[in-house]
Amino acid sequence: MGRRAKNKQGAPPSLDAFLDKKEKKTLKPEKKSAKPARAAPAPKRSKSRSDEGLRKTKKARPDEETIPDDLPEVDLEELASAKKTLFDDDEEDAADLDLEDNDEYLDESDEEARARPMFSDDEDNDELENLNAENMEAFSKQLDEEEAEEAEEAELELVQGAAQPRAKVLPSAEEEEEMAQKPLDVTSVRTRMLEIVKVLENFKELAEEGKSRAEYTTRLLKDVCEYFGYSEFLADKLFNLFSPSEAMEFFEANEVARPVTIRTNTLKTRRRDLAQTLVNRGVNLQPIGAWTKVGLQIFDSQVPIGATPEYLAGHYILQAASSFLPVMALDPQENERILDMAAAPGGKTTYISALMKNTGCVFANDANKARTKSLIANIQRLGCKNTIVCNYDAREFPKVIGGFDRILLDAPCSGTGVIAKDESVKQSRTEKDFIQIPHLQKQLLLSAIDSVDAGSATGGVIVYSTCSIAVDENEAVVDYALRKRPNVKLVESGLQIGKEGFTSYRGKHFHNSLSLTRRYYPHTYNVDGFYVAKFKKTGPSTHDITKSGAKEKEALARSEAEEEGIIHDDFAEFEDDEDKELIDKTIKRSMKRKGINPNAKK
Amino acid sequence: MRSLTEEETKVVFEKLANYIGRNISFLIDNPTNPHVFRLQKDRVYYVSESVAKFATSVSRDRLMALGTCFGKFTKTGKFRLHITSLPYLAQYAKYKVWIKPNGEMPFLYGNHVLKAHIGRISEDIPEHAGVIVFSMQDVPLGFGVSAKSTAETKNMQPTAIVAFRQGDIGEYLREEDTLFT
Repeated sequence: MGRRAKNKQGAPPSLDAFLDKKEKKTLKPEKKSAKPARAAPAPKRSKSRSDEGLRKTKKARPDEETIPDDLPEVDLEELASAKKTLFDDDEEDAADLDLEDNDEYLDESDEEARARPMFSDDEDNDELENLNAENMEAFSKQLDEEEAEEAEEAELELVQGAAQPRAKVLPSAEEEEEMAQKPLDVTSVRTRMLEIVKVLENFKELAEEGKSRAEYTTRLLKDVCEYFGYSEFLADKLFNLFSPSEAMEFFEANEVARPVTIRTNTLKTRRRDLAQTLVNRGVNLQPIGAWTKVGLQIFDSQVPIGATPEYLAGHYILQAASSFLPVMALDPQENERILDMAAAPGGKTTYISALMKNTGCVFANDANKARTKSLIANIQRLGCKNTIVCNYDAREFPKVIGGFDRILLDAPCSGTGVIAKDESVKQSRTEKDFIQIPHLQKQLLLSAIDSVDAGSATGGVIVYSTCSIAVDENEAVVDYALRKRPNVKLVESGLQIGKEGFTSYRGKHFHNSLSLTRRYYPHTYNVDGFYVAKFKKTGPSTHDITKSGAKEKEALARSEAEEEGIIHDDFAEFEDDEDKELIDKTIKRSMKRKGINPNAKK
Repeated sequence: MRSLTEEETKVVFEKLANYIGRNISFLIDNPTNPHVFRLQKDRVYYVSESVAKFATSVSRDRLMALGTCFGKFTKTGKFRLHITSLPYLAQYAKYKVWIKPNGEMPFLYGNHVLKAHIGRISEDIPEHAGVIVFSMQDVPLGFGVSAKSTAETKNMQPTAIVAFRQGDIGEYLREEDTLFT
């Protein structure tokens, strides 16, 4: 994709060229039919080519003088088309798509290659006249060579085209002041962002004299905050995870909702039967991809997908594609005892239960009592008979019960991977969250490790996952656990897709085996941002029989963190003012409930 | 969590017998995978014995649910079946009613079963017996009580009620707040 993107950005087609291309697309079928019989219709082909070429001379010439500056539009298109997804079609479809893609690509590069050396047309025609059966092969070879040469030249030109005059992208101080007065001009901000990204990608050649990389980055971050509505802190945090252009893709992807997906409940039905019934109800769907046998992607539906008789009968559950992954990594076996430490609303728990075919035992825990309601609802609706739902702080394990074969910890997190689902994350997350949440996650993960039976014949596995992409909540937590519990190691997650976890990030170095963990981004796989790590417990530790509950663990972790200077006194303190407001509100509400007017004076 | 007292067992079984009759014995006697009834707060759960044993390590106020919920005891000591018991009821059902696709949605919205919607019906249903309602694809949709015997329903008006609804799977949405805790 990288190459394609570069090609395109180097010499973007103007409006006319774009229209021309469109026209050509309509011509494409004709061209295709000419392709297969290569040797014989060589003359014909070159003729049609020269025809096109002629047309091009008329249209394309004027374009060349006006090197256009409507870069952003082109870039957008490119982003969209280049987006890889998890939701590939069946293999044929995918292949089909590829073909089309390639065609298009050929088309474009051909076009550009041809748009330039127009003079070759006359030669072509001359040569055609002395064409006969003997020299046909040589002739077609020569044609091929010419073509290759042209393509090469075109490429060269594209590369050189990138070296445009060093455009002034950053606004001056006065301009910035002016901007502050006026309301936000969305298109100009967008254009500027894309231009800055371009400069950052090739800083040596495109940067303005006397401007530093930091200046560009700050401006870009400011624009990102304005345009997408992130808080500065979060924008910076997310931006640092990616290269500039990838970060832009990521921010763009967060503005688009992920596809609706459902999971077949294999306890009650099969995917094929379910798909058939739903199609009969007017639902347009398709298998998610080759990597899962139970997922279906919903395109559109004439009936509410969360209220069909099949839904009520528990034949499927609405579940994001990304939350299949940790369960697939967990790989539950029949007759095991498994714990899901943060289970609500039960998508993963029911998947575990289904994979175990209702044998063994699944503990579904959630710390939030209100959320256990939806958890129970889903468990009962999907007919999972081997579950126990409990409402503990998960740090209480293994005091409650230990010795599990497998544990899934889908930890509570900041939700930076699901910004598309929950916009409030953009503003609400602060620096404090990125200390507090990992602090809790570390304790949870240690509890999970201690609750697993290392001697389990089939398991001894812990899977840690979050729907966040921040390193603090993922690699850092996993690395911490590896340091604190030498009796666990990371193992292959067994997932076919995903990017490797970071082994070093901004000066921090993690354990080498962190490359076995998996990261998922919205812009690369079109799933929610996600992280999965799979541990195997190799031996028992002294902590396995710990009788300490959540409070003791919290105190221990806190003193440790304070020693390291990570947290300070203000960590998780009560804020009296805020509390007073809330207390007042509650009092008022309870008075109203009793029928007393809270505003009335006594 | 505790097992049911004799009296409670009697009440529960009487209710169950309405729907599955003598098939209750299959619920209790399952030598390969023994199951038990457990009472937690006011709810009755049916669960395999091994799972019930694991659940003993969870304290009473933290245990929210286990296995399959069959129903709850009302404050007056009666037992009320919940829709969550449907998989077992449907498996051992004595009397069945199948409703046509056009009757599915009205039933799932909480209406009684009308004569016009009946696709098939068991032959020997007496009056006021527990029946399980299925869709034509044999998907259990709910349960109820027959209004008339099978023979009498033959000469009824299309708009007449064949079975009074007692529970339907639409409750998973309608009663979400009260059904589970």
